[in-house]
Amino acid sequence: MGLLTNLRDSITRVTDRLFADDEPKRIGIYGPPNAGKTTLANRIARDWTGDAVGPESHIPHETRRARRKENVEIERNGKTVTIDIVDTPGVTTKVDYKEFLDHDMEKDDAVKRSREATEGVAEAMHWLREDVDGVIYVLDSSTDPFTQVNTMLIGIIESQDLPVLIFANKVDLDDADVKRIADAFPQHETVPLSALEGDNMDEVYEKIAEYFG
Amino acid sequence: MPEATAPDDGDGVRIDLISGARMEGLTSMEKIRLILDSVRDGDIVVLEAGLSPEEESKLIEVTMTEISPDDFSGIEIETYPSTQQPNQGLVGRLLGKEEAAKKLTVIGPANQIETLHKDEDLISALVSRK
Repeated sequence: MGLLTNLRDSITRVTDRLFADDEPKRIGIYGPPNAGKTTLANRIARDWTGDAVGPESHIPHETRRARRKENVEIERNGKTVTIDIVDTPGVTTKVDYKEFLDHDMEKDDAVKRSREATEGVAEAMHWLREDVDGVIYVLDSSTDPFTQVNTMLIGIIESQDLPVLIFANKVDLDDADVKRIADAFPQHETVPLSALEGDNMDEVYEKIAEYFG
Repeated sequence: MPEATAPDDGDGVRIDLISGARMEGLTSMEKIRLILDSVRDGDIVVLEAGLSPEEESKLIEVTMTEISPDDFSGIEIETYPSTQQPNQGLVGRLLGKEEAAKKLTVIGPANQIETLHKDEDLISALVSRK
């Protein structure tokens, strides 16, 4: 990329943020499939608006379209922070319809789901490059965080100069290991939580207000 | 890879090791096309200098558009985990210092390459035939 293009892009990003302070920040919820992104989005939306964002499922790629919940007002320490939550499809580099056959799905449904999933991942990447102001990166605390998708996505987020919080989700599981996630991405703050059980949501909202307010 | 010829690769797996110098002269889409064309043929691509974050983002996006049932299920890609670099700031990015962060990258068809182990300085992968 040339010097002038870099300069133009950097100035555009800075000015966009300087003059967009009155608009709610669009906060993208990103992460691999089945990390609990929609469960978290629903928890936040229900806590502050009373509505859910979308259906949750243990079957990967339940979320196949980015969904935005607008004007979520979060009150912390006497201040109100207004954000738009964007729940995104789980990012991956591969989608094989045969994986869905293990979940009692007929082939036609599995093929349709995989096609929609690929469209959803492409859409999520587009949102990340163009349309979010900050990122909540959700990881399942009971799984290995040293995956290529995580490494690449954190690198992409950092290259966009977006503020990012790492949420170590599913701490209610017996084999959850928050330290492993904190050690994997020491350059970013890691917040432990269980979106399903509602554990540690006070700290979650404090950090959202601090990072994205 | 247009220049190379493979007399008979029926019993083996072809590996293309692409130098940083060769990739340097290509646009982002040319790099992505080069990678995906090879991977869709069942080849393994090793990039000496890797891709930029934006190129990786586009590679994921284009890969998703090419996945089709019983034909192509996507890619497996591995690089070493990123080392912790101090925030380079505006000046650093303008001077292109982020280029120094590029790393050796292995890319192959998702149904033929499986990562066995990965840490800060070792990637171990199992490659199977088509």
